Amino acid sequence: MAQRKSLNVNGKAVRITIDDPDMPLLYALRDNLQLHGPRFGCGLAQCGACTVHVNGKAVRSCVTPLSSLTAQQKVVTLEGLGTPERLHPVQRAFIDEQAVQCGYCINGMIMESAAFLARTKKPTEAQVKDALANNLCRCGTHARIVKAVMRAAGA
Amino acid sequence: MTIHASRRDVLKGGGALVVSFSFTGVVSETLAQEAKPLALTEVDSFLAINAAGEVTLYSGKVDLGTGVATALPQIVADELDVPLSRIKLIQGDTTLTPDQGPTWGSLSVQIGGMQLRNAAATAKAALLEEAAKRLDAKKEDLKVVDGVVSAGNKRLSYGELIGGKRFALTLDHAKPAATKDPKDYKFVGKPVPRVDIPDKVAGRFTYMQDFRVPGMLHGRVIRPAAIGATLENVDESSIKDVAGVVKVVREGNFLGVVAESEWGAIKAAQQLKASWSKSQTLPDAAKLWDEVRASKVVKDEVTSNIGNTAEVMGQANAKTLKATYDFAIHTHGSVGPSCAVAEFKDGKLTSWSASQATHSLRKQLAMMFGIPADSVRCIYIEGSGCYGRNGHEDAAADAALLAKAVGRPVRVQWSRADEHGWDPKGPPTLIDLRAAVDSGGAVTAWESEFFIPQQTAGSFNVPLVAATLAGMPAGDDIAPGNIFQNSAIPYKFANVKTVCRRLASTPFRPSWIRTPGRMQNTYANESFIDELAAAANADPVEFRLKYLDPNDKRGVEVLNRAAALAKWDKRSSPRRDQQGDVAAGRGVAYCKYELTRTYIAAVAEVEVKRSTGDIRVTKFYLAHDCGQIINPDGVRNQLDGNVIQTLSRTLIEELKYDRSAVTSLDWASYPILQFPQIPELVYDLIDRPNERPWGAGEPSAAVVPAAISNAVFDAIGARLRSVPFTPDKVLAATKGAA
Repeated sequence: MAQRKSLNVNGKAVRITIDDPDMPLLYALRDNLQLHGPRFGCGLAQCGACTVHVNGKAVRSCVTPLSSLTAQQKVVTLEGLGTPERLHPVQRAFIDEQAVQCGYCINGMIMESAAFLARTKKPTEAQVKDALANNLCRCGTHARIVKAVMRAAGA
Repeated sequence: MTIHASRRDVLKGGGALVVSFSFTGVVSETLAQEAKPLALTEVDSFLAINAAGEVTLYSGKVDLGTGVATALPQIVADELDVPLSRIKLIQGDTTLTPDQGPTWGSLSVQIGGMQLRNAAATAKAALLEEAAKRLDAKKEDLKVVDGVVSAGNKRLSYGELIGGKRFALTLDHAKPAATKDPKDYKFVGKPVPRVDIPDKVAGRFTYMQDFRVPGMLHGRVIRPAAIGATLENVDESSIKDVAGVVKVVREGNFLGVVAESEWGAIKAAQQLKASWSKSQTLPDAAKLWDEVRASKVVKDEVTSNIGNTAEVMGQANAKTLKATYDFAIHTHGSVGPSCAVAEFKDGKLTSWSASQATHSLRKQLAMMFGIPADSVRCIYIEGSGCYGRNGHEDAAADAALLAKAVGRPVRVQWSRADEHGWDPKGPPTLIDLRAAVDSGGAVTAWESEFFIPQQTAGSFNVPLVAATLAGMPAGDDIAPGNIFQNSAIPYKFANVKTVCRRLASTPFRPSWIRTPGRMQNTYANESFIDELAAAANADPVEFRLKYLDPNDKRGVEVLNRAAALAKWDKRSSPRRDQQGDVAAGRGVAYCKYELTRTYIAAVAEVEVKRSTGDIRVTKFYLAHDCGQIINPDGVRNQLDGNVIQTLSRTLIEELKYDRSAVTSLDWASYPILQFPQIPELVYDLIDRPNERPWGAGEPSAAVVPAAISNAVFDAIGARLRSVPFTPDKVLAATKGAA
């Protein structure tokens, strides 16, 4: 049964039409709103590729039902983290460290790190590794990702 | 350089060309002349320069996340003398790009890049020829800066010289045109930043998984509950409450759903009730290696045979050592499951996928649907990294089958379980090794046997799952790739015999995973030589150097440089000076890739916790010689990938299954390495600008498992002969060694 759902995504109020109120947020972002940042990796909250921020907290959008979200909660995706002219420091650092291979996981790495750095100002390398422990990368970009996050932290 | 805008632009052009063919029904001569050349022997197959002086490269080798979309333009920018920003790259489109073979085997720069370099050098010579005529100057007096040729104050741009016209020049890749002196390179050898990264970190990149076409529907597949099972019944009423279902597609044992929305397709696939026959075709996992050993051998492939090993081994007083190594069945494990879009229109199929081999996929899809190959166009769009032939091609076949069934374009996105359960697997590898040593510990003979599946001669078409399930033509090729490579060894023993026992079958549909065969075979060879060094009480580096061909100077240098980089502690293994629960060790491994190209040596430092069997790799050193380096930062990035992915394979990974199907269907049951387990990585890149470039995308994976195994032996005196090195295997090996 088609129904409307209001969300706040990347600073804008949006209304989408959905059939299932429990559809995960990921599909609303990718299919209804055509965003490319959040990615489908497992649908099981195991890999982190789908990570977005909800009120500043990193969440797995693949297991976040739309019914759990209100129009007041601020959803931010990779597209909304910075602007093309003014990238978020974590995005900037990923370019500076060339911390991408295929880049499929990178959305999750950046979103998870940005949320982590917002609450941990001067992390150690070990803290960064722990913070990203549940974000999987298959290409083996880990060392550069850690360097990028440390760079963004100003360490 | 924004590759994506440019790709779309050119696709529009190419698409229009194809449409004009189909409208006319027959290809008229004029139109045929307009079709873009694809032969490897023509400059126009590889590059075009428009009136604005913009260069378009057509590459059959594609960027799988490895950075060649940056490296290939670097090569051409130098050879043509144009700025990098003026180069656009079209990849893996069967209508537009030449068939340079699949993107595999670390050959994109080594083969693909050199073909492009030759095309660019040939084009430039012709441009200079033409400019000399038109500027009334001598060729040697011409200067080229940023695509503008000048003689004194007279100038002509490439755009003015060729702008949009064909070069109509032939190429001989066996006798390439004269190329630039490497000392004049501006881009080659420099750490040019990757062109794709800014879009990837901003969410602006279009991966295959993001690609959409107008009117597109969403498909999902429902795979058999057991490999080889028959679809008995489908209850369509079980999904009547799912909105937007367009069709349940049942074709033999192929089952899929198509829906208006992606979530609708997912729900329908999850909810659809289907019953399958029982099928138990897989071996008892606990007895896998007995099963492999007992498999029918179709051919013994002798990969090296020097002297007479049998005679030496058979001598009554010979001291012999024997060991058996095995390497588990592995999945590719792409983080993004495979995805494809397909459209059938007027009997012609267009397939968009992240296939590493669009030209072969085209032939497979044509065979599957019984249509001519020129009725199929396969277009590459970068997806999640694939590390070999994973599920991308199978998703393309799924999408094509569903698109045909509903008469509209269909996108198929595999689930995590589809990818873990149904991508082709790196086959199980079992290796027996024997050596004879004299009283001084010197090796007099080396014999090895590799139990590996056969490779259908001349074909690397891994049968498409959808074709097999639907009973459509799929072929029966067995294609694990060139997994015989590096079964022969670089050491000059007087008597050597290495044999690949090619098996009729293997439990799962095989294909190549990154560093196929070279990784498994080098694991066994480089661990066993360490066993021989230990038996001789010799330092493992010195022992190897003693048997390497002294004339193979690059090999000797790479091994010496790895040892220097790691401040190698010269002594025999194991060390016996550690009493505590945690023991440290270091191990070395060496490989000359395929015994013909890239040289790599590694030193691993590990800590082993004796009480639990946990291995922590603390530092990993690599010395790497791939000849001329195109992009040193790109090479380093690839080395990271090789080391970390193979560390994961070595320590953790193993496919789980019961008698019916794969049971490790997610990241919890098939875990991979996580951030806290990443070692410090230290490299010595040996750049040889005046040598030809060799591959860097996979060779260094070959040395990882043995370096770790040897380091563990050094630490605790236990030899790990079975990948993955799980804690229980470490404990068992410790017991055996005690």
